[in-house]
Amino acid sequence: MKRRNFLTALGSLPLFGTLEGVTWAADSPTPSVATAVGTNPYSNLLVLIELKGANDGINTVIPYANPLYAALRPRLAIARDQVLQVSEQEGLHPALQPLMALWQSKELAIVQGVGYPNANLSHFRSIEIWDTASNSEEYLEAGWLARVFAKTPAPRQFAADGVVVGSSDMGPLSGPAVRTIALADTAQFLRNAKLAQPGSDERNAALKHILAVENEIVHAASKLNANRAFKTEFPRNGFGNQVRTAAQLVASNAGMATIRLTLSGFDTHAGQLATQANLLKELAEGISALKSALSELNRWDSTLVMTYAEFGRRPKENQSGGTDHGTANAHFVTGGRVRGGMYGQPPALNRLDGNGNLPFAVDFRSMYATVIERWWRLDSSNILQGKFAALDFVKA
Amino acid sequence: MIKQIFSAIVVLSVATGALGQDSTIGLDGARHLLGRTGFTASNDDIHTFATLSRSDAADRLVQSASASTIPITAPPAWVNDKPIAPAKLQAMTREERQVEQRRNIEHAFELREWWFREMLTTPSPLTEKMTLFWHNHFATSQQKVRFTPLMYRQNLLLRRNALGNFGTLLREVGRDPAMLIYLDGANSRKEQPNENFAREVMELFTLGEGNYGERDIKEAARSFTGWSVDRETGDFMFRRGIHDYGNKTVLGKSGNFDGDQVIDVLLNKPEAAQFITRKLWKEFVSMKPDEREVARLAAIFRESGYNIAKLMRALLSSDAFYAPENRAALIKSPVEFVVGTMKTFEIEASNLRPFVIASALLGQNVFSPPNVKGWPGGEAWINTATLLGRKQLLDRLFRNEDRMDVAMRSVDAMAAANGDAPPPGRDARLQRQMERQMGGIRWNLDKWAQGFVEPGHGRTVAAGVPEMTRVVLPMAPLQKVAIAGNPADVVRQLVTDPAYQLK
Repeated sequence: MKRRNFLTALGSLPLFGTLEGVTWAADSPTPSVATAVGTNPYSNLLVLIELKGANDGINTVIPYANPLYAALRPRLAIARDQVLQVSEQEGLHPALQPLMALWQSKELAIVQGVGYPNANLSHFRSIEIWDTASNSEEYLEAGWLARVFAKTPAPRQFAADGVVVGSSDMGPLSGPAVRTIALADTAQFLRNAKLAQPGSDERNAALKHILAVENEIVHAASKLNANRAFKTEFPRNGFGNQVRTAAQLVASNAGMATIRLTLSGFDTHAGQLATQANLLKELAEGISALKSALSELNRWDSTLVMTYAEFGRRPKENQSGGTDHGTANAHFVTGGRVRGGMYGQPPALNRLDGNGNLPFAVDFRSMYATVIERWWRLDSSNILQGKFAALDFVKA
Repeated sequence: MIKQIFSAIVVLSVATGALGQDSTIGLDGARHLLGRTGFTASNDDIHTFATLSRSDAADRLVQSASASTIPITAPPAWVNDKPIAPAKLQAMTREERQVEQRRNIEHAFELREWWFREMLTTPSPLTEKMTLFWHNHFATSQQKVRFTPLMYRQNLLLRRNALGNFGTLLREVGRDPAMLIYLDGANSRKEQPNENFAREVMELFTLGEGNYGERDIKEAARSFTGWSVDRETGDFMFRRGIHDYGNKTVLGKSGNFDGDQVIDVLLNKPEAAQFITRKLWKEFVSMKPDEREVARLAAIFRESGYNIAKLMRALLSSDAFYAPENRAALIKSPVEFVVGTMKTFEIEASNLRPFVIASALLGQNVFSPPNVKGWPGGEAWINTATLLGRKQLLDRLFRNEDRMDVAMRSVDAMAAANGDAPPPGRDARLQRQMERQMGGIRWNLDKWAQGFVEPGHGRTVAAGVPEMTRVVLPMAPLQKVAIAGNPADVVRQLVTDPAYQLK
């Protein structure tokens, strides 16, 4: 059976309710998502982690062997003997120690030089470019994931297409034809969801939309729970809580194609060393806990975790012990079916532009194309408005 | 205690489109008109407007707004500050610059509070609605402009012309320092014309996509060179030396155009009047413009020489405006939702920052639109996060607890939950603590609700409900309303109804 047909068939089953219906809350017991949708593309989960403020990739994946690195960063360079070596040329920031287990088990892909042509250096505008997968001078309404789900929605019995954890901004999930839930904490969401008023009314499109959203909330709430007790210990910090929430979401077996987490505070214009070390530690411990929790659930092999940010930071440090807005950046991809290793190009510190910024090597849309084509087995060119070469970090 | 259950309360005894221009608009018509042109419809205003004809009602609103071009709220003290001189800025240390940046962010908050105060107290809500409309149309963000007094001055410009002449408005916006900075006109020189403003003046301000070519943009960009900003004063300045005096061809017309002449060329295109009319339709009538009506109204607009008041008068007295299918068919913006709730229930707050933040968290941070296209609006206002955010805010406000500070706490909780709060530095925390103490919120829901029950004597709660419903909701509630002994409990039900999100 072709995938498209299968999805259509799913949609026509009365079990899953109608689009505007209020029957969702009543349609339990639902078969476990894994068995009901064994062949749906979204049995493969995508977890996105936004490194908000723009993480400094050069002090994350450190080109320690390049003499220009220390020259550009007399105060910020991490000493060669402290980096966690991953190749002859590069090493990870010491605070990323918890990721080394993933690197050694070859489940960590490091993609360097991710960016796009005519980089915009405004946080606001550049994250919009990333979220909508647009060209630098182009304004698109819907996020790239929203476009994926508009074309190929997740099965109706999924709690949602996507869940945004710990942020009110829907980012790549922003758009009209997408079922997205935003929550900080599952239990709190379930409490708030009681305020939702499901219903159906055809009087006008605005009301229909509001009711559809009310229904989405109720539908998601009916699928979610926060009951799972994990053996995994989650870090006791903001990001650790988000990871715990993500793990709870997966454990509730409610069905969702993607979860987006956000770690903020990377805009390190001043005093970067301590700030970034803390944030990277938080990130690495969080990812490590996520792996542990998802392994408990037997979902690590069907999960792809990917970091992203609006841009990278300038190679040359500034006068305040920080770094300013830059262009190309390094990102991580991990998961049970990730082919670990180095991808992209190391930062070309000898080829900086007039502003002192790096050329990019991998268009960020190639990362998205990899998710769409290799992880979900969908067509990416119509979503991304063109052909972007997928990378090889997903095992068949 | 629940006395009886109402199955349906029909507040909208739907007026048909056949209602002529001379007959009165009635209570439901007045509710509709006031809800769309203001932030709320008070019972007194509904009764006053109900006796007017469509054209008299529109006239009264438009005339009042045309006369209310100067805000009644005193501006923040710094609005006449001069920008820091370039040389001084150059000499500043990084830390000094950060202090300056923080000052600008604080000023931007104060400016938003100033505007919210004006929206709450103005005698002409339509002035505010039109100013919000033009702020969205000529979207300009403090995040790029930075020097906040320029945002204030732009707001004065927008409200001064809000119902004036569109040509004048456009020409003033073209010279507006905040706009010149936002769309990079200030540094556009003949050797290297910046196309940003030239593109948006066609695509977003007058014609819409498809009605011009890339070459028109390039030529127009040359015409606008020299429109710049005096760095000492922050005022508009024409820099002769960088203006391109050569011949240009824009949309088939040629001449040694300057910016004003290019604007004339644009306004000569019938598409301009249609484009503005269509956008006003989406703001005031429905998200689906009726193209025949748009053409009719656009012709009125164009023939009047782009008189906005005339267009609005025609729009607000049209059959389409009052058509049953267009009632309660628009989603309240976050500002309308927040300010409207405060106005409807007479919520008084000495400190408006929590409400400014609430609106921002719900998706509309005034003076900081998301991009040059402004807020997309319509259905995009409502997603699961913003809908629950709206409900959460209402829940905290309307819960039976000490009402002092409740909004403050809920806003804090929202901010914390969303991770959008200011960095949790010690100063920010103290600042918020202090604000929490100062930000007393006073209102009396019981008294407000009681007003619908016993204006004379012996009215029951049930008898007061239809009138109360008309004030709170633009249509009959979807949910059954339980008539409780306490009228405030009826209000609580009404605000949680999905219809409360509509206008």
